[in-house]
Amino acid sequence: MYQFSGKLKIFSLALILVGALGIAFSFFTAPKTVEDAKEIIANQSHGDAHGTSHDKVVEGTHSNEGHSTTQKHDTSGSHVGEGNIDKEMSAHGAHGDDSHAEHVLHQLQNRPWSAFYVALFFFLGISLLVLAFYAAQRVAQSGWSIVLFRVMEAITANIVPVSILMLVFIGLTVGHFNHMFSWMTPGTFDPSSDNYDAIVDGKSWWMNVPGWAIRSVVYLLLWNAYRWFIRKNSIAEDTANDGFKTYKKNYNASVIFLFVFMITESMMSWDWIMGLDPHWFSTLFGWYVLATLLVSALTVIAFVTIYLRSKGALPSVNDSHIHDLAKFMFGFSVFWTYLWFAQFMLIWYADIPEETTYFVARFSEYKLPFLAMVVMNFAFPVLLLLNSDFKSIPWFVVIGGVVILAGHYVDVFIMIMPATVGSQWYFGIAEISALLFFLGIFIYTTFSAFAKANAVPKGNPFLDESEHFHYYNIEHRGEGSADHH
Amino acid sequence: MEASKVIHAFYTDDEVLLDAVKAVKAKHHHIEEVFCPFPVHGLDKAMGLAPTRLAITSFMYGITGLSIAIWMTNYIMIQDWPQDIGGKPSFSWFENMPAFVPIMFELTVFFAAHLMVITFYMRSRIWPFKEAENPDPRTTDDHFLMEIPVHNNEEELTELLTNTGAVEINIVDKH
Repeated sequence: MYQFSGKLKIFSLALILVGALGIAFSFFTAPKTVEDAKEIIANQSHGDAHGTSHDKVVEGTHSNEGHSTTQKHDTSGSHVGEGNIDKEMSAHGAHGDDSHAEHVLHQLQNRPWSAFYVALFFFLGISLLVLAFYAAQRVAQSGWSIVLFRVMEAITANIVPVSILMLVFIGLTVGHFNHMFSWMTPGTFDPSSDNYDAIVDGKSWWMNVPGWAIRSVVYLLLWNAYRWFIRKNSIAEDTANDGFKTYKKNYNASVIFLFVFMITESMMSWDWIMGLDPHWFSTLFGWYVLATLLVSALTVIAFVTIYLRSKGALPSVNDSHIHDLAKFMFGFSVFWTYLWFAQFMLIWYADIPEETTYFVARFSEYKLPFLAMVVMNFAFPVLLLLNSDFKSIPWFVVIGGVVILAGHYVDVFIMIMPATVGSQWYFGIAEISALLFFLGIFIYTTFSAFAKANAVPKGNPFLDESEHFHYYNIEHRGEGSADHH
Repeated sequence: MEASKVIHAFYTDDEVLLDAVKAVKAKHHHIEEVFCPFPVHGLDKAMGLAPTRLAITSFMYGITGLSIAIWMTNYIMIQDWPQDIGGKPSFSWFENMPAFVPIMFELTVFFAAHLMVITFYMRSRIWPFKEAENPDPRTTDDHFLMEIPVHNNEEELTELLTNTGAVEINIVDKH
């Protein structure tokens, strides 16, 4: 049985501690008043606060959108996030600098929250999709992946702490501790208020605070309920010996979960991500979020498997299992690209203003990450993992996987940041510490959960098939051709 | 020198055939050909055949298709007659690139698929009206046939093949 080593435990706790300190620092240093924001704006226009690349991004915005020079730091992306576009524009024209500074202040105050939220959503989504992939493997009665079941179960243990943090985040958001969801601004649904937004008001049957909070809690409860049930009964399966009664129960539970998951995943992506841009809508969005998280989830499964195998904790896992995981990473990278392009191209082609603002904001202010993401999530993994031999070599899979994970973090970053911080984005202490914090939690929960159960799910009827799984095309290391059957 | 005589050993089971191939290879006899009614997994490895390079040709054909698609869209839509069609930016290829992606994708797949299939036909020497080469019609139904050239070692080969479970052994003149 696997022993969660003290070294790894200390490493993960150190990550959590360093991350937590960084997060606290980023909240502490966020500007509190309009005067702070003005000072930061003044520094920015001299180009010494945020570096040259950031300045370039800001300049690009102006020329692309044809804003007048008096509205120096305005960006349509933030307008979309902040409320009615026309009203916002005229407000800027009338009040000039003060309203602009207030606008930037909100973005700067959102930054530590957004940095935390990006990492939170990324890790929650990865654990959730590992759970969904695991359920799909059970429902498909796949013969290859049984020896990886305990790895996947261990990763899903991460859902529990991350869900709790998500609940805290939901509570703080509902309590108006942050301004990430612009439609939660008081007065948005009140025609007599300055903040009234007729477009968002028309959606208030869905976008209202109690509904949003209740739905969010329900998603988390449903996911955690399945995870709790399947983990308990998967371990019970090992010793059940009841004519596969437990196995069938787990099968049925997984069928139901996949149905619930597909619905809650779509709704979750509307509530937690698309809701950040309340003026914008896209029908493909749920699938797109699914694809980005699914690729990351498969990569994480491959990483944990490769690590545990190198520690000798997974004796039945052979090169063919790694090969299959890499095939999934490859295939779903292409699937992600397909959905990303399908969404982008349809909006670019028709160029309907209310839809296009979404990509204008991203293309003008986030050009480098927006384009780099396509290279990292498509071109690189496709070229690296196309070759069948490469897919069974762990270090190739790790190199491909690191780029894929970084690319999909950037993807989530670009889904969230333009709506909350607009042009005030930066990849700095706030973002890195949030990543480290959640990485620490991930390592701690995953490996302590893996140490708690037998690494081989003995009760599964497909276990023998999985242990002898062999993809005909590749030569396993340490085996001669005589071993082929 | 090409052997004028070959030995034909018949088998009725793919597992037996696979073991026979390994036994014959272990004795260092050259196997000229194996005829099967269906693919036998592992037969190529047992015979020591080199892996196929068809996938590599397909990759290169795909790149060819992609290049042709890029050249065509650029020449036709941007260089030759850059019209304003529905406000699409035809100033440079990159500005209008998303509109060309569907055709780029399809031509890549088209070239990769079709040229690879044609390559397969040429390398396998398959074409319409080609005369069939199977030495015994039973090999297309329920028999497996191993063909080994004979170099004055008929008895030794016959004994070896009988031991491997061959149901019928014939020595035929090769023309």
